[in-house]
Amino acid sequence: MQEVTATSRHYVDRLFDPDPQKVLQGVIDMKNAVIGNNKQKANLIVLGAVPRLLYLLQQSSSGLDLRTECAVVLGSLAMGTENNIKSLVDCHIIPALLQGLLSPELIFIEACLRCLRTVFISPVTPVQLLYTVSILFFLFSVFTSDHQTVLFNHSAVQHIAPLLISPSYKVRMQALKCFSVLAYENTQVSMTLVNVLVDGEPLSQVFVRMMQRDQPVEMQLTAAKCLTFMCRAGAIQTEESCIVLKTLPCLVRMCSKDHLLEERVDGAETLAYLIEPDVELQRIASTTDHLVAMLADYFKYPSSVSAITDIKRLDHDLKHAHELRQAAFKLYASLGSNDEDIRKKITDTENMMDRIVSGLSESSIKVRLAAVRCLHSLSRSVQQLRTSFHDHAVWKPLMKLLQNAPDDVLIMASSTLCNLLLEFSPSKEPILESGVIELLCSLTQSDSPALRINGIWALMNMAFQADQKVKVEIVGCLGTEQLFRLLSDPDNSVLMKTLGLLRNLLSTRPHIDQIMSSHGKQIMQAVTLILEAEQSIEVKEQTLCILANIADGNTAKDLIMTNDDMLQKIKYYMSHSSVKLQLAATFCISNLIWNEEDGSQERQDKLRELGFVDVLHKLSQASDPNLSDRAKTAMQQYLA
Amino acid sequence: HSAGLHYPGASVPAYSTFCCLSGDEQDLNERLKRLYPAVNEEETPLPRSWSPKDKYSYIGLSQNNLRVHYKGHGKNHKDAASVRATHPIPAACGIYYFEVKIVSKGRDGYMGIGLSAQGVNMNRLPGWDKHSYGYHGDDGHSFCSSGTGHPYGPTFTTGDVIGCCVNLINNTCFYTKNGISLGVAFTDLPPNLYPTVGLQTPGEIVDANFGQQPFVFDIEDYMSEWRAKIHGMIARFPIGDRLGEWQAVLQNMVSSYLVHHGYCATATSFARATQTMIQEDQTSIKNRQRIQKLVLAGRVGEAIEATQQLYPGLLERNPNLLFVLKCRQFVEMVNGTDSEVRCLAIRSPKSQDSYPGSPNLSPRHGASNPHLHTGGTESPTCSNGVTPLKSKNRSSIKYPSASSSASSSTSSSPSSINYSESNSSDSTKSQPRSANSTQETRWETLEKKPNIYIYILYIDSEMEIEAEHYSNGVVDGSSARIMNGTYKHEEILQPDDNSVDEECSNGRQLCGGNQAATERMIQFGRELQALNEQLCREYGKNAAHKKMLQDAFSLLAYSDPWNCPVGQQLDPTQRESLCSALNSAILESQNLPKHPPLMLALGQATACVQLMARVRSGSCSFARVDNFLH
Repeated sequence: MQEVTATSRHYVDRLFDPDPQKVLQGVIDMKNAVIGNNKQKANLIVLGAVPRLLYLLQQSSSGLDLRTECAVVLGSLAMGTENNIKSLVDCHIIPALLQGLLSPELIFIEACLRCLRTVFISPVTPVQLLYTVSILFFLFSVFTSDHQTVLFNHSAVQHIAPLLISPSYKVRMQALKCFSVLAYENTQVSMTLVNVLVDGEPLSQVFVRMMQRDQPVEMQLTAAKCLTFMCRAGAIQTEESCIVLKTLPCLVRMCSKDHLLEERVDGAETLAYLIEPDVELQRIASTTDHLVAMLADYFKYPSSVSAITDIKRLDHDLKHAHELRQAAFKLYASLGSNDEDIRKKITDTENMMDRIVSGLSESSIKVRLAAVRCLHSLSRSVQQLRTSFHDHAVWKPLMKLLQNAPDDVLIMASSTLCNLLLEFSPSKEPILESGVIELLCSLTQSDSPALRINGIWALMNMAFQADQKVKVEIVGCLGTEQLFRLLSDPDNSVLMKTLGLLRNLLSTRPHIDQIMSSHGKQIMQAVTLILEAEQSIEVKEQTLCILANIADGNTAKDLIMTNDDMLQKIKYYMSHSSVKLQLAATFCISNLIWNEEDGSQERQDKLRELGFVDVLHKLSQASDPNLSDRAKTAMQQYLA
Repeated sequence: HSAGLHYPGASVPAYSTFCCLSGDEQDLNERLKRLYPAVNEEETPLPRSWSPKDKYSYIGLSQNNLRVHYKGHGKNHKDAASVRATHPIPAACGIYYFEVKIVSKGRDGYMGIGLSAQGVNMNRLPGWDKHSYGYHGDDGHSFCSSGTGHPYGPTFTTGDVIGCCVNLINNTCFYTKNGISLGVAFTDLPPNLYPTVGLQTPGEIVDANFGQQPFVFDIEDYMSEWRAKIHGMIARFPIGDRLGEWQAVLQNMVSSYLVHHGYCATATSFARATQTMIQEDQTSIKNRQRIQKLVLAGRVGEAIEATQQLYPGLLERNPNLLFVLKCRQFVEMVNGTDSEVRCLAIRSPKSQDSYPGSPNLSPRHGASNPHLHTGGTESPTCSNGVTPLKSKNRSSIKYPSASSSASSSTSSSPSSINYSESNSSDSTKSQPRSANSTQETRWETLEKKPNIYIYILYIDSEMEIEAEHYSNGVVDGSSARIMNGTYKHEEILQPDDNSVDEECSNGRQLCGGNQAATERMIQFGRELQALNEQLCREYGKNAAHKKMLQDAFSLLAYSDPWNCPVGQQLDPTQRESLCSALNSAILESQNLPKHPPLMLALGQATACVQLMARVRSGSCSFARVDNFLH
């Protein structure tokens, strides 16, 4: 033991030699001595080698070789016990190594990085410290938004920004990647980034320079991501030239055949994300460099050529084929989400509808989801519903997709189905015949509000002007109990769509009477409940409209006429401050007193007794022309 | 129906405003130079405006021929009208770009923007005919030499800026709309297309931007991508696959270059590092290096001697080179740098007497002329043993009759020069004075009137030459001055003080301000004249020689030769071409290449790039040799 310490002492002493050449040799000898020798490492640390090594590492006068060797020895010491690491961290090794990353010498940077990694991999390194230091993001590729915030709070931005103009490409690239991770869906970080200056230049301009066409593709793409994330976080306006004239064209370029498959996937997905909420960007992207046609190429992998000539390439193509397809579908979905002309352009692209149809039944869940997103985006077009959707019978694979699909696919698919069930859609008939009602009814019982809305929405669309058979089936399948549950759904839009469904069910006289004869009691109860509850004007209006529909039936009328409480409510709403509600209530009364129907005289008499004529008289002088017209028409029923 | 003729185009703000034409013109030139550096506009001018001659009559031009408006009836397609730019797009552009702003879409907006070849019918929109290409605003279709278009891009209308980019590397074209690229429109384009626009209905007005304004689209960014592509192609160009062959070629290139210029030590260590052989032996390299140094230092006389000693017969076989060298020697004498006059000047008692403490001979001379200074400090002539030998050689071979007492004393006692330079020269100053005492008075009177020297020079030469001399050139005038100058007289008789001040302030004097040296120069001039006559007799008249001689002699016609119309000759940089000519001649005599292979390769590459421009290969724009020279 004594002897070991003596040799260790010698190593440390040599670090203080006035001759730099001897110091270098000393460090090299030390490096060789400590490899795999934990005792030696511990000794050297105890004898105070670390501060001296750090000092030498930080002195620019030390020379590149010496500084690099120091970093190597420190890395070696860090490989020892946990106590070693603790000692190193206590000596403030991390800031010294980080400073080293700013050096222009790649070999030195690498030594520092290697040492940093060893230190950070250790469980004893305090997590807090880990965040104080910006750089580590080289070492950790996955981030959560928690990470982002912690990093942000430890002024990561200020630390990383200067690295963007480092002379080393690798360092610049890593710093850029950090920003893309930090800014993703993070408004706070993004808002800060726009105000950061790097060497007097705004960060966004630095990113724009990194997107120049003669820069490496990886750098262009990552810089475009940074700007995309900043834009989506609201830190940069979509109409700014750095987005419209730089980021967007750069991402479109990334989609071209000239680039690697990975880059094309990344480019298309980022572009889809950038343009998703902005119709103007969608329009610009759709005209840039034939993007819509360019994306069609994403479906040609593996190409027939590669299969024959090159096994390696075939393997590569196969691996990326799914990724390429889903990226293309995503981008098509973004492109077509608002503009009718773009949708037409997409469906006019060679075999596009066939590709979507086959995409819906692909084995990869990612592709299925993207395909259905694309289909949903296109299904917002009346024209496409009437033409290409019908021609390609897209409802068939869509129906298949709805069976046992995970929630995210189900949401998209059912939402698409809603559009396919619109009354002008030629697909509505075959879908009805395929027995979708049960599926939709089950969706209304989902825990996901989005699925409940889509389910009830689809049913509502389906019930619009439907056959009595369909209506009966809907009511029978859904069950009144579920109907009431939906009427008290916490989500307001679910309630609205449910009322819409009721309204559609209760149209045309025979249907009204039929449904009211079987479910009249429950429906009247539900209506009462809603009218008595604290609800929005829209909800109450819908409810009064339902009541007006009921009043249009032959036998159903009695359900209202025999319910004095309900009549009082109608009277109340006729004098409500909202014209909408007044109008709906007046409609209801007008239906009840309509002349040509059986028993109209009795009803007129009863309502006169209850004072409705006075109310109508008053309303006939209302300032709203619709309301006064409606009231006057009702009054005429009495005169005839 | 002629309402369209009076469409209020003038009220629309112009795309390009010309408040200050000359400034704009300069901007345009600068921008075009920056965009298309490989274009030689003397061979292939760039388009700068629409051509008033190459247009259909329904087209009106204004705003310096940049604004185009329609002035026809516009009833149907038969009323279409186009205009071409003044020049076709040069291939050397590599990538060419122009923009058109739609000032007004007029009645129907049937506007076409594109390209067409010379001679294509102008009563049409671009794209409808063979060798014509266009992008039309009303339907957004592209027309590729055909009456039917293909869906291409969006429609365009008032306020839009449409750009047209021709890629002369792959012969494609794409358009931009408001700074956004719309993708390739045409491929396989023929060469020599003109920017073209066509209009068809009344009220249509468009403005062109050929570089007058910054472009909306970032064309320079697009160019940078192609520059990087082509540089990458060059960098990755496949070379001979036989192992080490390519490396050997490169090593030989470097080595031969170093040897050629006499970088002996560098060449040796390079050869050692690469384990290659040097073709020439080291002494030979060193000899050449020494001769080159002498020429570059302006000590041409010594260079001639050294050449004759080391390479006997070389100059005899190259009388023209010898003549050029001697002409240069004369110029260097005037400059005061040639060793013959330099040695005299340094010892000059005259100047020391007249201007005691004046820096005439001191480092100031050197300071104003680095070459000279280097030559002076390194001067082997005066300090080592080789020179006296050479000098003897010289006096016996070269100037057997002309060797003056001054020059022989110089060469025989070289070590004293350095000595006297640093010491005050009370003993030495009397020496040349006594030796030249007979001529002393004559020079005393003439020395401040240098234009007299030329007279003297010519009086002694043959009349024929003198007569010729009068009939032409700069020298003519100066000689005339002497012959019949009335007002020139004043110049000649100017008070000495004036010229003294002037010369002092310049720090430069003829032959270093030394009288003996001046005398030697005149003598040398006569010998030179004689040599010329001899060459004329043997080889016939040589116009270049005559001009050279006249230029050299003309220096004497001015009181300040350094600031005169022929003063350029005295610039030390003028020695370089002569130096390399002498070096090449020596190498050739040793059966070594006259020019280093590296320079040949460089010259060949430069010529290739120029050739590429002529055969319309657009990549020449980004493969310029100077991009690779640092």
